[in-house]
Amino acid sequence: MESSLDPAPSLLEVRGISKSFGAVRALQDVDFALRAGEIHALLGENGAGKSTLIKVVTGVFPRDAGIVRLGGEEVAPRSAKAALQAGIATVYQEVNLLPNLSVAQNLFLDRQPMRFGIVREGEMRRRAKTLLTEFGLDLDVAAPLGNYSVAIQHVTAIARAVDLSARVLILDEPTASLDRHEVEILFGVMRQLARRGIGIVFVSHFLDQVYEISDRITVLRNGRLVGERETASLPRLELIRMMLGRELAETTSARAAASELKAREICASFENYGKAGYIAPFNLELRHGEVVGLAGLLGSGRTETARLVFGAERADGGQARVEGASVRLQSPRDGVRQGFGYCPEERKTDGIVAELTVRENIVLALQAKRGLHRPLSRREQDEIANRYVKMLDIRPPDPERPVGLLSGGNQQKVLLARWLATAPRLLVLDEPTRGIDVGAHAEIIRLIRELCDDGLALLVISSELDEIVTYSDRVVVLRDRAHVEELTGEAIDVGNILAAIAADNVAVALEAHT
Amino acid sequence: MTALLPRRGIAQILALIVILAVDRVVSPQFFDLRLQDGRLFGSLIDVLNRGTPVALLSLGMVLVIATRGIDLSVGAVMAICGAIAASLADSHSLPVVLAAALGAGIVCGLWNGFLVAVLGMQPIVATLILMVAGRGIAQLITEGRIVTFTSPDLVWLGNGAILGVPVPVAIALGMLILTGAVVRGSALGLLIEATGGNARASELAGVGTRAMILAVYVWCGVCAALAGVIAAADIMGADANNAGLWLELDAILAVVIGGTSLFGGRFSLILAVLGALIIQTMNTGILLSGYPPEFNLLVKAVVVLAVLLLQSPKLSGFAGIMARLRRTKS
Repeated sequence: MESSLDPAPSLLEVRGISKSFGAVRALQDVDFALRAGEIHALLGENGAGKSTLIKVVTGVFPRDAGIVRLGGEEVAPRSAKAALQAGIATVYQEVNLLPNLSVAQNLFLDRQPMRFGIVREGEMRRRAKTLLTEFGLDLDVAAPLGNYSVAIQHVTAIARAVDLSARVLILDEPTASLDRHEVEILFGVMRQLARRGIGIVFVSHFLDQVYEISDRITVLRNGRLVGERETASLPRLELIRMMLGRELAETTSARAAASELKAREICASFENYGKAGYIAPFNLELRHGEVVGLAGLLGSGRTETARLVFGAERADGGQARVEGASVRLQSPRDGVRQGFGYCPEERKTDGIVAELTVRENIVLALQAKRGLHRPLSRREQDEIANRYVKMLDIRPPDPERPVGLLSGGNQQKVLLARWLATAPRLLVLDEPTRGIDVGAHAEIIRLIRELCDDGLALLVISSELDEIVTYSDRVVVLRDRAHVEELTGEAIDVGNILAAIAADNVAVALEAHT
Repeated sequence: MTALLPRRGIAQILALIVILAVDRVVSPQFFDLRLQDGRLFGSLIDVLNRGTPVALLSLGMVLVIATRGIDLSVGAVMAICGAIAASLADSHSLPVVLAAALGAGIVCGLWNGFLVAVLGMQPIVATLILMVAGRGIAQLITEGRIVTFTSPDLVWLGNGAILGVPVPVAIALGMLILTGAVVRGSALGLLIEATGGNARASELAGVGTRAMILAVYVWCGVCAALAGVIAAADIMGADANNAGLWLELDAILAVVIGGTSLFGGRFSLILAVLGALIIQTMNTGILLSGYPPEFNLLVKAVVVLAVLLLQSPKLSGFAGIMARLRRTKS
């Protein structure tokens, strides 16, 4: 960790921050240093701990350990408001302003210029106008904020934050919903603020923007600090490796060589399958007894591919075939009828029914597939639940426990059981190992291998490249919502996947699709 | 599937026993029963008889609430179906009258279900439409008058007896058994609870959540139609202004007293009906006690609070889970 070499004094210094939510360690001994007048990118995949770090620093969450110093003095804000008063302002992706109030009212909310208990509208507008002019904006400050674009709203939020004497400005995914021109406006404001000596923390998933605007980069992964680098001297490939790769050991697929020998039957195939504005048309063949891994950064189209394959999202073009026969996948029900199963990434919102028991969660998909009039008797349900509780070692081994009370790993196993009970031909697993402890992690991977050996076709998404490399027979790499490369056999290794993700030229993408 | 009388029903049973005991104190003849003209009479029978409309409504309402919905229109649907039954009673046979009334209930249910399941409206808003419009429709049917009838068949439905049991009570009991058999005998119960517990997850598991939601609103319409016919038969007339007025609130209350969460998921038919009986036992007790009926509302509020407090260990346990889920999510 290179941060100790820091020559310039830090404006904001974070040392040894830890934070746990129940048994989940969201942050572990994280350091972070922000200099005055710099734009510092904070990067990491989903669940890396970026948001938690921001919330701990700004007092939204209490921290378990560690210290925060602002300008050399220790601060411990207990709320976002206290942090703001101390000089740390945060602007979130969803602007926390009131679109129905005027721009001026939003800027001076809670601190309107008053005289005799009456708001001095004229004074407020004049000051709002002056303030925004500094940011290069010339607006009608009396108009409702909601009339303006998201970029303007962002700048307004920033102007408000800075005017509240902020020394540190944290921007959490500010560009996510902005177009190119709007990003320019925002970047202009950011550069100007940096020149005034304000330290800016910039959280973004857009690496191009990170390289364009930031001076330094800090990368978090699984709640730990991976490293802090100067942007100019950090190659893109290295950055992606920091974000994704745990070790740089070039593990190649143990399976690849063996599986190539056997020609496998095609289970499902997708030809020119896609949906406009969702994911570019792709070709994908899934074979029995084969694991296909989907690799790519967050937002690259992995989940989109999975949802299209399962039928959770409707394709607007292309052809899907199951065992050679052309099929229509219009809804999850269609997918289930075709013998597909889908374990979504968001277990809690899209997977489990927390209130129902392990047994009920396990039989749910099978019962839905059988239909209303063919209910599973209680005895059949018990039998199925007990079988999978035992087979997948679900703990505690109590089928009558509400599934919401189980740990993440066990909930994941319940979801796997739900689909296995339907005797599927294809299983789509989106981040099956996310947020589960190390032991369960290894078990899930072992299960994926076993299921595959039993002749199931698997499509697995994971941000853990080591993991993908271990179990995949083929790896499809995605970038910018398109399938850009397919790796097979010997070619499957972390380095090649990273290279495909990082490739700057669009030529590869075009090649793969024409 | 829950057992016939689940353990979680203890709070409700205790509440009912306490209220019955209080009723016995204010009215010493409360438990007296007598047989007259082949029909049982007495305060207890009166409770069952008067409680029938809300009990029927709660049978439909509990399923709607289990899907995380609500149906505010049941009172208005009662008025519509009562008006239809009363208008047809003297010119048509009972089967035709019933078919027309129940048919109207189904149409109302389909309308609500369509708005909620297909158009994706919020249930409280979607059913508010029919709650308001329904009473107007009922008034159009009765042309603003109180329509009376003399058809002995329909009158029997409200005032007759089968083996000493008043017909409305027999109908409510029959509906409880029928609903229970359909819901717990098929996979419907599980799929409704899954839909209410987590609609997105259920949809992804292949559950036809729209069909579930449509079905429960239709069933709620059928129950409301029956309640409307019985209410009309009871007074031998249809009063579009007052039939079923505010009963949607009693039905929701009955479901809540029965321990089904307004956030959907787990439900119990029996406990919902028990909730309806608790409400009616209170109403009857207050009438018998000679206190002015205004007290009814206050006492009702106190008893509801008491029942909810009795259930509270479970509620706080659930709140704990929810809080933990929320914390780990962020």
